[in-house]
Amino acid sequence: MDILNLIRIAYRALQRNKLRAFLTMLGIIIGVAAVIAMVAIGQGSKQSIHDQLSSMGSNMLTVSPASNLNGGVRIAGSSFQSLTQKDIIALQKQVQYITEISPSITSRGQAINGALNWPTSMQGVSPSYLDIRKLTLKDGIPFNENDVTTSAKVCLIGQTVIDNLFPGGENPIGKVIRFNKIPFQIIGILNPKGQNAFGQDQDDILIAPIGTVQKRISATIYYQNIYASAANENVTDAAVTEMTSILRESHRLRSNEDNDFTVRTQAELINTLSATSGLLTVLLTVIAGISLVIGGIGIMNIMYVSVTERTREIGLRMAIGARGTDIMLQFLMEAILISITGGVIGVVLGMVSTWLVTATLGWPTIVSESSVVLSFIVCAVTGIFFGYYPAQKAARLDPIEALRYE
Amino acid sequence: MSKTILEIKDLKRDFQMGVETVHALRGINFNVETGEFVTIMGSSGSGKTTLLNILGCLDQPTIGNYFLDGVDVKKLTRDELAQLRNRKIGFVFQSYNLLPRTSALENVELPLLYNKDVSVSERRERAMHALESVQLADRSDHTPSQLSGGQQQRVAIARALVNEPVMILADEATGNLDSRTSYGIMALMQELNQTHGKTIVFVTHEPDIASFSSRTILLRDGMIQKDTKNEKPRSAKQVLAELPVTDDYKI
Ligand SMILES: Nc1ncnc2c1ncn2[C@@H]1O[C@H](COP(=O)(O)OP(=O)(O)OP(=O)(O)O)[C@@H](O)[C@H]1O
Ligand SMILES: [Mg+2]
Repeated sequence: MDILNLIRIAYRALQRNKLRAFLTMLGIIIGVAAVIAMVAIGQGSKQSIHDQLSSMGSNMLTVSPASNLNGGVRIAGSSFQSLTQKDIIALQKQVQYITEISPSITSRGQAINGALNWPTSMQGVSPSYLDIRKLTLKDGIPFNENDVTTSAKVCLIGQTVIDNLFPGGENPIGKVIRFNKIPFQIIGILNPKGQNAFGQDQDDILIAPIGTVQKRISATIYYQNIYASAANENVTDAAVTEMTSILRESHRLRSNEDNDFTVRTQAELINTLSATSGLLTVLLTVIAGISLVIGGIGIMNIMYVSVTERTREIGLRMAIGARGTDIMLQFLMEAILISITGGVIGVVLGMVSTWLVTATLGWPTIVSESSVVLSFIVCAVTGIFFGYYPAQKAARLDPIEALRYE
Repeated sequence: MSKTILEIKDLKRDFQMGVETVHALRGINFNVETGEFVTIMGSSGSGKTTLLNILGCLDQPTIGNYFLDGVDVKKLTRDELAQLRNRKIGFVFQSYNLLPRTSALENVELPLLYNKDVSVSERRERAMHALESVQLADRSDHTPSQLSGGQQQRVAIARALVNEPVMILADEATGNLDSRTSYGIMALMQELNQTHGKTIVFVTHEPDIASFSSRTILLRDGMIQKDTKNEKPRSAKQVLAELPVTDDYKI
């Protein structure tokens, strides 16, 4: 019995029960569509995280205060204060792999322009921060070292803050706004950056000289972070080692003491986030995979019904010379046809829904060829796997018993 | 020169029904020569269908041997038996057993689907030819539900012929049909037997039908009670011709 005949017989059998065949397929259709859409969303977000972090500068290093064992009590990193101006000076003096350094303090507060107000963050940094983070100005000028030392009340403004404080479209340059009651003159507008990998709006920010924020807003000598740029991507690891030893010395840590800070490279962050989103992809795929299995069980169920319904037909076919294998292949083909047709429809549906997600929600998506090919293979395998037992049941029927079946 | 096609030696077939054993066949011996037209008769439950199923290689005897064309059927595997049924035997069932919602032509093609040596075009051609030989060429695209009982049985016969078997086995092939249609079927059987030399084993209840065959085996309680040669079988064609035209309406 050649394959063409098998396909024709299976097609006929399905055609006789179109609705039933479709309902059986539905499980597979939904399963495959889900796999494709989920993987596309997962891959898309992974790619966009990667792109964003790379655009921030792949040679960026971040120093954060680290949690440390203090008399056996572990203290959260953010509450631990270890980074000061002393560190910056030490670093500036000794580094060889690092080109630029900037401390950073961020403070939440209310920005006010006349009758309008907007809750936002003010980040205090040194002028080199813009280079380190690859930030650029759309208009105006950046602040300089002098502004830092004199604690000048000037700031750079992000697009989201402009939208909320200057809704009329007037030019904010030169205007004075208040942040936590302190007046700041706007001297520059940041180019919009959109959301970052964590979904935060990077344009909802005011950037001011570090000295100003430290003295007038936060009233602290401690920095929350130190940002630095390695000379190039290849020396980031050397730069990490270098910074670590300088900071240890500056903090007077003995050799048996742990670091009270951590130095992270952008590459590390990319890997961590990719791993997280990779895990998410796996999770989503597993859920989608489960629905595929349920679809497969649906096929199995309907194939058992089909075998029972057509017991007499099976008996007849055997009586006129069909071997068990022929009967087996016939029913297997039927199951495969259901699953493959369901798979094709599922792939199309998955692509359409992926496109819809991007079009309506604006989520980045990537339909990967491998997910299409894979779910297709899984479909065929599902058909074979779940069609096998019913087909075998059919093949093992005794022709006489089958012919007598009412 | 006739050659023995069926050889049955001390054949027994028991069915186990729980603790009870039903002895459907209790020791049967007979041979059939090529070209014979044998009818098997007997009351209900005498074992006719059981015997025919064994002759058709659908069932195996519990004890005893069955040689088909010199081959000991007992020694064959399931697949070999399927192949044998496909190539050497044409089976006609009492209840036609046509595939529903499938055209007459495709029903007739069915056995050829399981014959690798037959190409697609040859399959079509042979099926059409078989339908012609039962005078149903003009109904080739009709499905069973669009055919009368007699026509359905003729499609079933065409299906049994299409693989050019050496032997045709029929289990009460006329059981559901009126006498005129039955005679038509018998005329067809006689033609197959006489002009095409097919061996026919035909199970029937009716002595009337048995009179068209060249030999009648009477079964009773799983044993052969009588095995008679019929030197002058009636011609079904002739009987059909002599039948009054109004016969159908009288009954
Ligand atoms: N599969 C089976 N299981 C149990 N008993 C069976 C089976 N097949 C046949 N028998 C028994 O074997 C005996 C012969 O049955 P068989 O069908 O051969 O009779 P038959 O001569 O064809 O009768 P009928 O003229 O009614 O068709 C019966 O007693 C029947 O009950
Ligand atoms: Mg019977």
